[in-house]
Amino acid sequence: MIWFYVILAAILLATLIAGVVVWQSNHRALPPVVAPPELPAERGEEVPVEQGLDVPEAPSSRLARLRRRLAGSNNALARGLADLLSRDRIDEQTWDDFETTLISSDLGVGPTSELVRNLRAELAIDGVADPDRARNVLRAELLKLVDPAMDRHLNVHGADGKPGVVLVVGVNGTGKTTTVGKLARVLVADGNTVILGAADTFRAAAADQLQTWGERVGVDTVRGPEGGDPASVAFDAVARGMTTGVDVVLVDTAGRLHTKVGLMDELGKVKRVIEKQAPVTEVLLVLDATTGQNGLVQARIFRDVVDVTGIALTKLDGSAKGGIVVAVQRELGVPVKLIGLGEGVDDLAPFDATQFVDALLEG
Amino acid sequence: MFDTLQDRLAATFKGLRGKGRLSDADIDATAREIRIALLEADVALPVVREFVTGVKERARAEEVSKALNPAQQIIKIVNEELVVILGGETRTVRFAKNPPTVIMLAGLQGSGKTTLAGKLGRWFKDQGYSPLLVAADLQRPNAVNQLQVVGERAGVHVFAPEPGNGVGDPVAVARASIAEATHKLYDVVVVDTAGRLGIDAELMAQAADIKAAVRPDEVLFVVDAMIGQDAVNTALAFSQGVGFDGVVLTKLDGDARGGAALSIRQVTGKPIMFASNGEGLTDFDVFHPDRMAGRILDMGDMLTLIEQAEKAFDADESRKAAEKLIAGRGQFGLDDFLAQLQMMRKMGPMSKIFGMLPGMGAMKDQISAIDERDIDRIQAIIQSMTPAERADVAILNGSRRARIAKGSGVQVSDVNNLVNRFVDARKMMQSMAGMMGGASVPGAGVRKPKQQAKKGKKGRPAPTRANQAPVTQAQPSNPFGLPQAGEEFSEADLQSAMEKFELPPQMRDMFNQKNHGPRG
Repeated sequence: MIWFYVILAAILLATLIAGVVVWQSNHRALPPVVAPPELPAERGEEVPVEQGLDVPEAPSSRLARLRRRLAGSNNALARGLADLLSRDRIDEQTWDDFETTLISSDLGVGPTSELVRNLRAELAIDGVADPDRARNVLRAELLKLVDPAMDRHLNVHGADGKPGVVLVVGVNGTGKTTTVGKLARVLVADGNTVILGAADTFRAAAADQLQTWGERVGVDTVRGPEGGDPASVAFDAVARGMTTGVDVVLVDTAGRLHTKVGLMDELGKVKRVIEKQAPVTEVLLVLDATTGQNGLVQARIFRDVVDVTGIALTKLDGSAKGGIVVAVQRELGVPVKLIGLGEGVDDLAPFDATQFVDALLEG
Repeated sequence: MFDTLQDRLAATFKGLRGKGRLSDADIDATAREIRIALLEADVALPVVREFVTGVKERARAEEVSKALNPAQQIIKIVNEELVVILGGETRTVRFAKNPPTVIMLAGLQGSGKTTLAGKLGRWFKDQGYSPLLVAADLQRPNAVNQLQVVGERAGVHVFAPEPGNGVGDPVAVARASIAEATHKLYDVVVVDTAGRLGIDAELMAQAADIKAAVRPDEVLFVVDAMIGQDAVNTALAFSQGVGFDGVVLTKLDGDARGGAALSIRQVTGKPIMFASNGEGLTDFDVFHPDRMAGRILDMGDMLTLIEQAEKAFDADESRKAAEKLIAGRGQFGLDDFLAQLQMMRKMGPMSKIFGMLPGMGAMKDQISAIDERDIDRIQAIIQSMTPAERADVAILNGSRRARIAKGSGVQVSDVNNLVNRFVDARKMMQSMAGMMGGASVPGAGVRKPKQQAKKGKKGRPAPTRANQAPVTQAQPSNPFGLPQAGEEFSEADLQSAMEKFELPPQMRDMFNQKNHGPRG
């Protein structure tokens, strides 16, 4: 019979709280969430300077590789688009196939129908006889969805002589530690001094994993006892960064499901504690390209807790398309800033909307 | 927040009641909704198509039930089909005739293989076996280390002859582990392999080599419940590249709807054997097809909610609070409310909990507008009251209210609002409890027939409310002819009662009030 009391209580709470909240929101008529102004990045990280032995691959060649991968034979989206463009007449079946390929890339039902609807409207006005014209319309519509106008610079530079602080967050197993490791390489190659903070004190050997990455490029890792307070490790890392005067402090956090309130509170604390010393200049949410529609929920909750400023889309080298980031960007206005292309040490590239879309169309 | 299939179908079927049989047009109208619902749950498109065709066929053949409205009937069919597909043959591990039994884990990067290895180790150990974990992930930095730590926590031995980090041959390690197990009399061997992509031919070949070397009794494909449309490609790649015998779904403690389970089951035909739902070593369970079906359809996962509630709530205290509430006349005070609220918050974000409550579909927008900070504020207001004030809100005069507002950093109008809402809600709960429970509250008997008539019109089955009737433990006879109070309900009863549960109209009105200034 316990469940009955639970439900009864739950419904009472539901009524009361929802009532109060509705009343309050009407009463206050607060403006919608205002996007925090982004710090202008003086130098983008995507211009690494050749130096030393351990230099990451140039971004241009990385992007070429991305394009090759996206245009690979297993890319259903690219095939579908090419298919669509090569037909002389577009019938219902074609539209259906087109919709199918977009949905199969995890774009989501909403954005897909919007794209298809816009495309149909545009093509109805202009006629579809000219495939080149159709291609341009398609490119424009895809670009509109991906929005190249967003600022995708990583804000890795702090003000007033303080180091830039990058906090890396995400659910379990998306590749946070790997992304931190790769990002450290890019930053080092760019001539920055970097310190790593292993604030993942939960997962077995996560700090070791990060340290291994750091040692490869000669970067120190600040770590705490296993099971210790991640906020204190993050604090120590930033404190060390301040005293040694490094340019960037990268803080890796433990993977946490967005549904665990306690863990999300802990994450909020990590950020607050860091900000006692230096403002967090960039909060990167790591999303796995295989993630489906749940990615949107994840992004929303992480944004609410730590105010995510950018997304790193990892594992894009597989057969997954990571279409969910389009929905995330559209709904939350958080731009995709980095993409991870595999297990290789230099498989991290800046995200470029135009090239991303072009790569899709080149298939 | 997405609309649930139930809401969508209810909208489709508006004004389509009282037919003898579902017409083709009805069925076609629902097919699209089912399709969208499944796609949003990340079921792969080809699987969705096949599934929807199957449901359509069954719906045509089905007699229209008198008890269920068309939307409910379609949902019932969909749910049953899902359970059939997801369930199929469920089984656990097949043990080898001659030990050791070898289990190999394979999957994408970050799907949770190493963590699962620890959980399996613990599970086997609890069952009286002596398992050995094998660190054959020599790729990811410190994966070997992680397995060693996990093994230590689980109290299970780990075979890790190679340091990892790119050094060593995983096939050789796997082969050596079998000799080790035979030699040292371990009877279960769990081989943790490196994460690999379905399209990486080289690594897939390596996995096949490991398989050939250890000849596992079970190859388990480990997959993250959050995976999207790519689940089919990946599952097929692993099925063809390595070949697996069972599937383990991980990270089910998140709120992903896990449509991948359906995709993988349908495409590969392999059973889903285990579900992993947490970071602790014991957060690991056999797979429940019925719960998964409800989850994919987003039907308000009551069982999960109740399980979570049981963990978070103090049963005695909740019972006392509810009894106070039903007893009426202001016994249920803000202190009880605060206690319940705090227990409830342990279960997760409010919006998610309300989302799990069935029948809340109509209030989706309000639910998603809930800001946790507003709830903090409510808590602060109550905590700024004295115990006497919490117990009896009637004593709150102007100066007390002003003090509370000051103490909690809000306006007096916020305090007024909370108090008024609380009193309103309490009143409503008492009348509801009366309606549900029959004679325990004076005047409830008068209301009951009216409610009954309304139910009939809506086509909801009478037992809906009856299943909740047992709140009146002292009720002498049961007017609905259903199980007496105190009798145990089966999970299925509860599930069906909850699926059909709808909030009473007064309560809906309450949510829909646009503006409600402080009352005099």
